[in-house]
Amino acid sequence: MTGVRVAGVGLTHFGRHPERTGRDLFGEAALAAREESGVDPEDIESINYGNFMGSLAERQGHQAPLMAEMAGLQCPATRYEEACASAGVAIREAVRAVRSGEADVMLAGGCERMTNLSTADVTEGLATAADELYEIRAGMTFPGAYALMARAYFESFGGEREDLAHVAVKNHDNALPNEYAQFHRAITVDEVLDAPMVSDPVGLLDACPVTDGASALVLVSDEYAEANGLDAPVSITGSGQGGDNLALHDREHLAVTPATERAAAEAYDDAGCAADDVDLVEVHDCFTIAEVLAIEGLGFYDHGEGIGAARRGETTATGDLPVNLSGGLKAKGHPVGATGGSQIAEMTRLLRGDHPNSDHVEDATVGVTHNAGGTVASAVVHVLEVDR
Amino acid sequence: MTDAGYDEWLDAVDDGEGFYLACPEGHGSLPPRRVCPHCGSADLDHADLPTAGTVETFTICYVGGPDFADEEPYATAIADFGDVRLTGVVRGVDPEEVTVGMPVEAAVGTNRTTGDDLLILRAR
Repeated sequence: MTGVRVAGVGLTHFGRHPERTGRDLFGEAALAAREESGVDPEDIESINYGNFMGSLAERQGHQAPLMAEMAGLQCPATRYEEACASAGVAIREAVRAVRSGEADVMLAGGCERMTNLSTADVTEGLATAADELYEIRAGMTFPGAYALMARAYFESFGGEREDLAHVAVKNHDNALPNEYAQFHRAITVDEVLDAPMVSDPVGLLDACPVTDGASALVLVSDEYAEANGLDAPVSITGSGQGGDNLALHDREHLAVTPATERAAAEAYDDAGCAADDVDLVEVHDCFTIAEVLAIEGLGFYDHGEGIGAARRGETTATGDLPVNLSGGLKAKGHPVGATGGSQIAEMTRLLRGDHPNSDHVEDATVGVTHNAGGTVASAVVHVLEVDR
Repeated sequence: MTDAGYDEWLDAVDDGEGFYLACPEGHGSLPPRRVCPHCGSADLDHADLPTAGTVETFTICYVGGPDFADEEPYATAIADFGDVRLTGVVRGVDPEEVTVGMPVEAAVGTNRTTGDDLLILRAR
């Protein structure tokens, strides 16, 4: 089985782009990834494209061939949808295609346009990732769903809103030097605690923003990289995906995410590593509690221990296990269908040493990305390693 | 729009004859199902939904979707009814007064924005 290398990454700025369409955003990211990779466009065999709610937001279904056009490519293109993990699965399937020998060069990523919708319409659009009969009709929103999980966490394991506020403060600090991030504003614990409540106990500054943006990666086989003399020191060495019941109330525990545990176990096994070997992570922190659930599900902390990690300084940029050096979804932004690709692009930059936060992890060799769909009914985990 | 299984279930709850689906392994689930979502058994029987449940977790939602514009703020909770949990809007008490452990019963109400039937968890 061949190895898979990240030959190039492309990102748009994440933020509000009211004047731009999804096709324009993805075109920018795809061309950037193509240019950085140095591959001959004719060698790109397929596009795996992640998108969640384009049919609602832009009245544009069947987006994948459109995105191929925008990337200047005439090759098969397929859209992958797994809610907020859409790009994660798109990339995972591209990795599998290269490993199987079916393809030597793939373009994978995703895009979402969201800020053109009203807050109420975004809320409704995102809620479609929940169970329509039993959750949406019961007034569940996405902040509401994570609020239910946060309160269940406090009840089961302890912790308080102030612990979660430290997650938000940390991720805003990490986003400050990141040119692609939506927010370049440091915040304080008091500001998080005093922000308007969205869905108690989730406040406005516990939540990721509404974001437009796109991400793209060019993935190549080891053989292709060598034959073409590509400078591609980062490999995707592990990939895993886990699932769970869609509705929160059907889960065994309301503050534990077995889909993440299953995805991580598969990815670690695939890469031949363990949680202890990991130097840095990018996790799906759509809400502050989500980062806590993720670092526990990935095996870095026991249940109940993750909530204090940011407050104790363990997951800050200078801590033992930096989490979300990109700024995370919380501060970098969360264009849902693009996020999984953005995490791998950011991890690639961090490991290569050309990310503004790379100085914090100079000797890092192993990075992990974690992309979740809905209330973690889906999870995709990747292990990335860099040649040293 | 009708939803085979769900609408009948909601009607049953409204008639005070709420039920859930039970498999031989003792797992509970809500319709429509062809198999148990926990073990895959196709042998599903109706079992009586307990009259009383307790709130396991809840949120007070200040920003809802368009279908809940006239409800804000409202409390949505997940309540434990033994072999199953139910998610519903809490009524019969101020949203700010909902607590974990609070006893509730399942009932059917009306969504004030859409006029549709709505599963509610009524404070007991």
